[in-house]
Amino acid sequence: MNDFLHVAFALLVWPGMLGAAALGLLYLWIARKLTARLQGRKGPPFYQPLFDLVKLLGKQTVVPGEANRRLFYGLPVIAVAATALGLVIVPVPGNPVPSFTGDVVLLLFLLEVPVFCDVLAGYVTQSIYGQVSAMREGVLMLGYNVPFLAAVVAMAQHAGGFSLAELGSAPWGWVGVFAAIAFLLAIPARLKSNPFSIPNAEQEIVAGAHIEYNGAPLALFELSHALEVVLLINLFMVIFVPSVGNRSVDAFIYLSGSVALVCAVTVIAAMTARMTVVRAFRFYWVWGGIAAVASMAAAVMS
Amino acid sequence: MNPFAWLLNLSRRKSPWIYCASAGSCNGCDIEIGPCMNPRYDAEQLGVLRQGSPKHADILLITGPVTRRSRDALLSVYAQMPSPKAVVALGSCPASGNVYWRSPSVDGPVSKFVPVDVWVPGCPPRPQQILAGIAQAAQLLARGLTADQNRQEAS
Repeated sequence: MNDFLHVAFALLVWPGMLGAAALGLLYLWIARKLTARLQGRKGPPFYQPLFDLVKLLGKQTVVPGEANRRLFYGLPVIAVAATALGLVIVPVPGNPVPSFTGDVVLLLFLLEVPVFCDVLAGYVTQSIYGQVSAMREGVLMLGYNVPFLAAVVAMAQHAGGFSLAELGSAPWGWVGVFAAIAFLLAIPARLKSNPFSIPNAEQEIVAGAHIEYNGAPLALFELSHALEVVLLINLFMVIFVPSVGNRSVDAFIYLSGSVALVCAVTVIAAMTARMTVVRAFRFYWVWGGIAAVASMAAAVMS
Repeated sequence: MNPFAWLLNLSRRKSPWIYCASAGSCNGCDIEIGPCMNPRYDAEQLGVLRQGSPKHADILLITGPVTRRSRDALLSVYAQMPSPKAVVALGSCPASGNVYWRSPSVDGPVSKFVPVDVWVPGCPPRPQQILAGIAQAAQLLARGLTADQNRQEAS
């Protein structure tokens, strides 16, 4: 019974839906505000992402005539649910659910679910722009998963087990450095932020895979994106930033590290122009591949 | 007042996403929309985002006198926008046809086809006036006073 309460708390409050949604909306605001400041603008007030979300929830939903209605409504719900489940698994400070063997594998699967939902959303709406976006996202996924998966697998090899708690408490080594670089390389493409924003290339292919989405389903996709940001950052902080032992210090390190990561991704996004899908793919197979090989080699040799 | 309705109305006022449709304009008004997003006027402070798809937008900005060739596209864009939605007509052309008045290829004024909520006069209007028009349309959305919301209540 107590376990059930713990899981329910983790799923609904922290680190699940409520806490992660608040944190994710805050991160999205930080990204928008920082971009605006770097461009010499004033930028939106901090409650802007929340108002965007509420407004979308209160709008009428128009389903395209050729789309499958069940898939159209189901995909954003699945994306949000998978990301919320993923958040429960990651042992961030204050998470009451204990880590278990193999949770890394489950987490890697849950991380792919929102991406697949995006790809399917592009195809399900029958819009040519949505299909172009879905195709690009599929191709890019084959690129950024090279360094991403290698980083996690190398850390698991180094730690000698497939549970997040073991990965977090692994001893220091060069593996950690190389794997962190590989992981960081994959983050901008996973968040579809600027040098790798080719899947949702706004202006170029109108609005990406969500072009035909509107109202509450679009709000759910926005929410799942916010949760995805939190999940990825949580995963980075848990694997690569060691725990001190003191709860409040850990929480402080976790929060400040997360904000620093959001700022770094935003600055890169504001500095760079969008790459074509071929260049982005090549970037991940060359530089991501080098980082992947380095981290794997360090893991095997240590 | 119901707190959910209050929050929803506040959100509608604070987050007006716009979609720009040119109904055969000379491009003058369209050029003036661009500066609304630049550092000097920065419409994002008001929560304004320019959307690529009419399905994501709350406010439709119409420029131009509505030519015969653009009429059907304009009607389609308006129909694609999910309710509640507001329409802002930019410049003198949508209202009167302006210098294109009595041209055989012009089918305006725009109010024959879509219900307009806010008229922004000028040839072209200044960015401040466009922003004021968008803000006024967002107010109308929050109070439920747009033509689209009135028609839904009546039906």
